[in-house]
Amino acid sequence: MTQKPKKVDIIFSPYSVAPYQILKDTMKRSKEEVIAELISSGLRGRGGAGFPTGMKWKFAAEQKGSVKYVICNADEGEPGTFKDRKLLMSVPRKVISGMAICAWVTGSTQGFIYLRREYKYLVTELQKEIDIFTHHSKEVGLNFNLQIFLGAGAYVCGEETALIESMEGKRGEPRNKPPYPIQNGFLGKPTVVNNVETFASASMVCRIGAIEYKKFGTSDQRGSKLFSISGDSPKEGVFELELGMSVESFVSEFGDGDTKAVQVGGVAGFCVPRKDFAKAIIGDGNTTGGSTMIFNSSRSMYRVLHNYLDFYAEESCGQCTPCRIGCQQLLKGIEAVKKGEKPAEYLDQLLKLSESMRLTSKCGLGQSVTNSFSSIVTNFREEMIF
Amino acid sequence: MADTKELINALSTKHGVERRSLLPILQGIVEKENYLSKESMLEVAKVLDISAAEVYGTASFFSFLDTKERGQYVIRVCKSMTCDMKGKEEILSTIESVLKIKLGETTQDKKFSFLETNCLGLCEEGPAMLINDDYFVKLTPAKIREILDRYLRNEI
Repeated sequence: MTQKPKKVDIIFSPYSVAPYQILKDTMKRSKEEVIAELISSGLRGRGGAGFPTGMKWKFAAEQKGSVKYVICNADEGEPGTFKDRKLLMSVPRKVISGMAICAWVTGSTQGFIYLRREYKYLVTELQKEIDIFTHHSKEVGLNFNLQIFLGAGAYVCGEETALIESMEGKRGEPRNKPPYPIQNGFLGKPTVVNNVETFASASMVCRIGAIEYKKFGTSDQRGSKLFSISGDSPKEGVFELELGMSVESFVSEFGDGDTKAVQVGGVAGFCVPRKDFAKAIIGDGNTTGGSTMIFNSSRSMYRVLHNYLDFYAEESCGQCTPCRIGCQQLLKGIEAVKKGEKPAEYLDQLLKLSESMRLTSKCGLGQSVTNSFSSIVTNFREEMIF
Repeated sequence: MADTKELINALSTKHGVERRSLLPILQGIVEKENYLSKESMLEVAKVLDISAAEVYGTASFFSFLDTKERGQYVIRVCKSMTCDMKGKEEILSTIESVLKIKLGETTQDKKFSFLETNCLGLCEEGPAMLINDDYFVKLTPAKIREILDRYLRNEI
């Protein structure tokens, strides 16, 4: 009997305190204490890169200069991810509390919620919550102006430097790192960019404390994480689960009994075939936003990969050659093998190409293509050919 | 054109004339005119004092800043894997047959444009689509006919 995934109820639990009470209570402590608490909680960024949140805030706090920005990355574009939408719809106050605490500890007075264009229907309700926040922030004497910045439709803008470029009115092309946004971000100023869920989790750490928070998860991945579950599952939706579960236990809870493969971490993540369910762990740095798509045995993995590559070829920003050309060639390549225009061995050439893309692409987009490409081509090779 | 100029003036008063004002200004034009015409992009370049190539280069990067003429209602059907699994193809063919246009086209009366888009983040309720800013989920051919019918009869 496989162990069931452990459900947690921190992030989506209803507001248990008065509006912005968490912010008010947190501001009674010292800034150093709050940063130390976050670092000790082990909270890592929930957008994909997994950088320790407390460290990011500490570095930003140490930056000189009076102008700093706090940006909430709500450009949730990873296919199969929708947890940030749910968060902004149901508990926006927790997200804004996290942003406000971040502004307070880092010394920022201006914040933005970078909302993806596809979610424009969230603007009205979100603005109402911002107005409530503004009222309360004045009460506690926090000078933090918060605005919504609407994206314009580009997957790559989920990458923090591309996001900043687009906010500056330019093409959303990722920058070279370093310098990182905490040194040189929006308009050249120190900027903290965190995912929606990261801010919500940070405010929860401030409410329940690092010791309580650390009780969830594994030694490597602290706390709970939101998972967006879709595909061949009778229980699609967003679930808050403890990190560190096996794919097997995940499938036993969320699969339809005929699960053939699970795509962990969205298109940028890995495709886990049935034979690896027992050994693969969800949460070990592979969650990229918590997207999990479940495929049952009726699904063609060729069609799945074709869909992914079509997505990549369209969303590659085109700035660097490995990604721009590579995505197109992988797509053409699998089509040629399928049609019999190229021999099956051509897939090995394509695997090498995807590895080159991982090594030479400028940002995470091009570097991640090989994750799903190699895991699907290697595990479902016969489906690519016949 | 006089209208476009006025609109751009109003938008630049609201959002400023710095480079960072570009996206909000372009979004404001699309909201009113459904797309960015060559004339509007030239005018924005003039107002922001940047090259027209910069304006076009930025606009053409983003999927919601159309530089091709679009109808009053832009339909964007999600083509992500989950929506595909749940019957996206059938949704596309139903829209084609109701509006009598193909994917990527605009109806002659300039009322509808019909596009596909990448993940809308509505995966648990797919197949999904947007019509302008409004979302529709759990689509079936019957539901599509009913929705489009409401738009066709201006009952929205």
